[in-house]
Amino acid sequence: MPKIGVLALQGAVSEHLDSIRLAGGEGVAVKRVEQLADLDGLIIPGGESTTIGKLMRKYGFIEAIRGFSDAGKPIFGTCAGMIVLARKLEGGEEPHLSLMDITVARNAFGRQRESFETDLEVKGFDTPVRAVFIRAPLIREVGEGVEVLATFRGEIVLARQGHLLASSFHPELTSDTRLHGLLLDMARQRAAAASA
Amino acid sequence: METGTTKVKRGMAEMQKGGVIMDVMSAEQARIAEAAGAVAVMALEKVPADIRAAGGVARMADPYLIEEVMKAVTIPVMAKCRIGHFVEAKVLEALGVDYIDESEVLTPADEVYHIDKTQFTVPFVCGARDLGEALRRIQEGASMIRTKGEPGTGNIVEAVRHMRLMMSQIRKVQNMSPDELYHEAKTLGVPYNLLLEVHKTGRLPVVNFAAGGVATPADAALMMHLGADGVFVGSGIFKSDNPEKFARAIVEATTHYDDYDLIARVSRNLGTPMKGLDIAKLDETQLMQVRGV
Repeated sequence: MPKIGVLALQGAVSEHLDSIRLAGGEGVAVKRVEQLADLDGLIIPGGESTTIGKLMRKYGFIEAIRGFSDAGKPIFGTCAGMIVLARKLEGGEEPHLSLMDITVARNAFGRQRESFETDLEVKGFDTPVRAVFIRAPLIREVGEGVEVLATFRGEIVLARQGHLLASSFHPELTSDTRLHGLLLDMARQRAAAASA
Repeated sequence: METGTTKVKRGMAEMQKGGVIMDVMSAEQARIAEAAGAVAVMALEKVPADIRAAGGVARMADPYLIEEVMKAVTIPVMAKCRIGHFVEAKVLEALGVDYIDESEVLTPADEVYHIDKTQFTVPFVCGARDLGEALRRIQEGASMIRTKGEPGTGNIVEAVRHMRLMMSQIRKVQNMSPDELYHEAKTLGVPYNLLLEVHKTGRLPVVNFAAGGVATPADAALMMHLGADGVFVGSGIFKSDNPEKFARAIVEATTHYDDYDLIARVSRNLGTPMKGLDIAKLDETQLMQVRGV
């Protein structure tokens, strides 16, 4: 069973742990860099990206997660997690992990009263995903090698670049675990390739 | 697409978990709070300690101040309205604040009715001292609960009392039989369906923060240990000697509430916390927690 960490510095951690378990994985809350060593994959959850980014810098997570990514282990960033993964932030804000070749706009849909939920077609899924957007970011531009998996009104809200996955919305707030299942598949494939 | 759904409103509070929400009285303080790692700020004209000292009627903040704070930071901005004052709440919604606190810190506008919070797109947080108050507020549409504590005192004792009581009531409800649940719903004065949900899940249906008396990093960590999902700090930061340092230390202690070496390190040379009040010496009429039950 793949062991997936959820970065637990701030944000919706327990919801992701539940979704991982429902999708057939083992979830672990990660508060210290040493815990990354025995994980097969990592989720950077929704929360406040400014808070999560500051605490990541303070506790050495920036370098540690870049190393985790260099080893080819899958990482899924949801909402704030997507902002943290991005190589570029619109408005010139300093990026955090700079791992994924995407340009992200924060609070791109407006304030909380503009937050919404909707049915979203996702590439590779038979039925739509119920997607919850909360003060959500979106992807303005993608680099080569980034596959767009879903758009909402023409804007990119779900994308994958090899072992990196990022969503504007919150799959952990619904009972649909298909995106967590995709992360588990990515973790299994990476583990199989590493042991081959 | 739908806005203002239960999922969207409660989900917003889920994203604040493990974080610290700080009271601020200016754009400059909001920037300090954001830089220190606050997950949201509460825009106010006076922090509770000053409201206590000033006396008189405490109302919604000046929209100008709220807008200045909204312009200054990218994190969510909350603001308070008086209990039952649905027009103040509509004004705050029109301003675009991200969360409304229907708060006992301000002078209540209605001694009977709380706001029907289901009629708003913007989510609400409300204070509670026990499970009954919490579930009544949730039934009225609150998407987040916080302990009332005793605001503006810098004294954690009431927040501890309220959190402990709520948690022990939840544990009790979890073990009840169906016939006991019917009776308990009546005793607490809450809808049976909400009580049944608590019985099944062992938690409130919404996020539950600690508030009302948090003044130090250790106070914040204590509340997290008692089961809080996060912490509001009102007067504790900008009434301390060194707000920037206090704010950063409380953020770190909230994340790592079980790492005592870290709490020791961030608490070192912090300077004087807010002075604080002995609640036993307050007169009954000075208590804010008895407002809006």
